Amino acid sequence: MLSVSNLSVTFKQYEQGLRRRQLTVITELDLDVKAGEVVAVVGASGSGKSLLAHAILGILPENATVGGTMLFQGQPLTPSRCQRLRGKAIALIPQSVGYLDPLMRVGQQVQRVAQLNGLSKPAARTAVKRTFDRYDLPPQAERCYPFQVSGGMARRVLVSTAVVSHAELIIADEPTPGLHPEVVVETLNHLRELAQEGRGVILITHDIEAALLVADRVAVFYAGTTAEIASTQDFAAGNLRHPYTQALWRSLPQNDFMPVPGNQPNPEALPVGCLFSDRCPWMTEACLPERPRLRTVRGGLVRCIHADR
Amino acid sequence: MQLKPILLFFGYKLVRLALLLIAVAVLTFGMMSLSPIDPVQAYVGADMLQISAAQRELIAQRWGLDQPMIVRFWDWFGQIIQGNWGTSMVFNQPVLQVIGQRFQVSLQLLAIAWLLSGLLGLVLGVLAGAFEGTWIDRGIRLYAYTLASSPTFWVALLLLILFSVSLRLTPICCAAPPGMLAQNVTFWQHLHHLLLPALALSIIGIASIALHTRQKLIDVLHSDYVLFARAQGESLWGILQHHGLRNILLPALTLQFASLSELFGGSVLVEQVFAYPGLGQATVQAALRSDVPLLVGIVFFSALFVYAGNTLADLSYQVIDPRIRIGGRRTT
Ligand code: SF4
Repeated sequence: MLSVSNLSVTFKQYEQGLRRRQLTVITELDLDVKAGEVVAVVGASGSGKSLLAHAILGILPENATVGGTMLFQGQPLTPSRCQRLRGKAIALIPQSVGYLDPLMRVGQQVQRVAQLNGLSKPAARTAVKRTFDRYDLPPQAERCYPFQVSGGMARRVLVSTAVVSHAELIIADEPTPGLHPEVVVETLNHLRELAQEGRGVILITHDIEAALLVADRVAVFYAGTTAEIASTQDFAAGNLRHPYTQALWRSLPQNDFMPVPGNQPNPEALPVGCLFSDRCPWMTEACLPERPRLRTVRGGLVRCIHADR
Repeated sequence: MQLKPILLFFGYKLVRLALLLIAVAVLTFGMMSLSPIDPVQAYVGADMLQISAAQRELIAQRWGLDQPMIVRFWDWFGQIIQGNWGTSMVFNQPVLQVIGQRFQVSLQLLAIAWLLSGLLGLVLGVLAGAFEGTWIDRGIRLYAYTLASSPTFWVALLLLILFSVSLRLTPICCAAPPGMLAQNVTFWQHLHHLLLPALALSIIGIASIALHTRQKLIDVLHSDYVLFARAQGESLWGILQHHGLRNILLPALTLQFASLSELFGGSVLVEQVFAYPGLGQATVQAALRSDVPLLVGIVFFSALFVYAGNTLADLSYQVIDPRIRIGGRRTT
């Protein structure tokens, strides 16, 4: 359904008059999503997760330059096609109620999405009712302002915005932080349901545990690039290929609970070779001259020259 | 909205108002006592030469001018509270009557200027904010900064020279054709005379409202909820219509009520330039001719007026913003 290859996003920034800065926030990023599956995109903040979502939707700020190719249902996602598809075929589920208009009743906001999808006003109203019903939102919730709804209800309202749109691809950006564990499970189940209905779902999160609960495959991002794309089973089976993914896995509380030492490289001065080289325990001379290419190792994709050892 | 917060709000506002008026009274009285105007002389006027020093003493004694200041203050303040604001020497009418008549005339001017500045300011601000960084934005900003930094009376004079003297489109002075009886003035003649002063006055407000609206709209357009609206496929026009206006209207309205005080101050200058017989012009006359009772009356009245404007600004927030109106009541 969606295939992103070799995506790059660069920001031009002007500071103090004419001195120009180039910030490369996404480099050689790859991802593919099929209909009916949940693909989790996992990475620390600054790994380019949210920007990927904005790039797919075509809502990056104006000073961003995008390279590489994005195919949606076989056709390239050009800016004009993005504009036609966003909110309709491709929908975003944002992080929090902060993404809802604070002065507009939530029912009205969901209804607006339905109307943007071409429904008439009465049809849109029915669609909202049906969707709120589906997610156990009481009828009076429609008349609430965003500040009035509780955390769990807010999540369901946000999911509703995507569901009334009949989108085929749904991107959920960090849907779980700061939520009650029950609500986390509920939210993840909603995403799973959406995939079972035949949609493709991208779950963007920094929470590997949440990702493993619901995803079919997990793409691990590091410094704006895809380090590895593994199936969910690979984690518990010890079949991980990239040293960063392995380190992330070990950092979980139920495993060694060892944080990954070091920081991601500065986007202003990225290394020429492997982006992980300054933190990698396996690093050799061969990692330094050029970026490792994404290749298939043991049934998964990985960007590391020593992954098959 | 529950009743209790409203009562509390108004109770609080009334106490504040009382304190403000007392402060104004003390200041005004202090300045009157210290001013070089001799009340007896001001009262008797040109006949001063015909009365003897003993007679002067007598008048001063009858008026209690020999009493200590604090006693005089309470006497005077008591009269003010009872509604006895004295008689204007310039107009030879009770002060309250003068203020009432003059304010009615000014009110039309203020109302038109207020609406004009609010609407034009809002439109210009929205245009500049929506097209931030383009030549439209730059043009509007240049215009707003120029207006904001030019003195009102100067702008009023320019308008007068252009529209009344050169183009002869508008009358050169007053609220009606000279020599015409008030009851014979038609509505259109009235409006014709009102237009240019109102325009000049509205210019004071436009710049600040436009610049504030622009900034607010830019903040809104960079907000998370507008980003999400864009992700939903909303166009720039749709964003303005459904999210922009809704979110800038509240601060704009507040600003609009708060601008009443500025307008009131500006009306003094504008009415002077256009010889428009409103309260502003009466203020200048009262000041030039030492009409102390009228001046004091106007001081009190303007304090009330400005305070009312600011209170409306506060109130508009309470009534319109659901986050304040409904408060923290959540439905879970
Ligand atoms: S390519 Fe080299 S530096 Fe990069 S992850 Fe693999 S071993 Fe480490």
